[in-house]
Amino acid sequence: MASTIRLKTKTRDGITTVRAIIRHPMETGFRVDTETGELVAAHYINLVSVKHNDHIILSCDWSRAVSKNPYLSFMFKGANIGDKLELTWTDNKNNTDTIETLIE
Amino acid sequence: MLRRDTLKYLASGSLILFSGLLKPITALAKWNKAAFTAVDFDEAVNAYFPGQQIQETDQITIGVHPVVESGAVVPVKVKTDLPNPESITIFADKNPNPLIANFDLFPGCVGFISTRIKVDQPSNIVAVVKADGKVFSIKTFIEVHEGGCG
Repeated sequence: MASTIRLKTKTRDGITTVRAIIRHPMETGFRVDTETGELVAAHYINLVSVKHNDHIILSCDWSRAVSKNPYLSFMFKGANIGDKLELTWTDNKNNTDTIETLIE
Repeated sequence: MLRRDTLKYLASGSLILFSGLLKPITALAKWNKAAFTAVDFDEAVNAYFPGQQIQETDQITIGVHPVVESGAVVPVKVKTDLPNPESITIFADKNPNPLIANFDLFPGCVGFISTRIKVDQPSNIVAVVKADGKVFSIKTFIEVHEGGCG
């Protein structure tokens, strides 16, 4: 199955910019399903972590108020082209996905 | 007995302990349920930064459009020039649960986060930055025409 995560990096002047988009419904639990008329259960990513060469560089705690198909961008120093970057998410139903890429 | 309990704890928590050896334990993700489920803004802030003095500063900027049509997708950028940023936390004071997201920045990170959030109604977007062990904040008001939490 295709990954739920798209992860891209760009390094310029020693600073690596990371951009990620995760495919996830991020249901708040407040939304009513228009077909059944019932509330859709809360279903959202609550933890995201990013590792640079096996060392955590960013760790996120999220609520259901992060938008559907979450977008995340951050920057860090000290990476070399070709280093490993890994992003992992976990949601409130204990689903998880992870992706690894090489820094560009 | 005490020793046995300690061993049991060590066995079950070895993974956590091991990662704790590599990083400061305070900086690890710790989904703070009390703060995330708080319905009042001050309550959420106090639950997330207990007993901390929060200073307003102009060394943080929040990049967000002052008027948004749909609250379902509100792009937000938080930048700070404060030295040694440790975390960036985003709140919307009128949301059903005001705490939206926290980002723990590890050494090497630039004081910058960009993401997209849901905002239920016209609110102050508040960014709290922990840097060098101190806590700073700034807020900016945004108008929301259609709530994004439904």
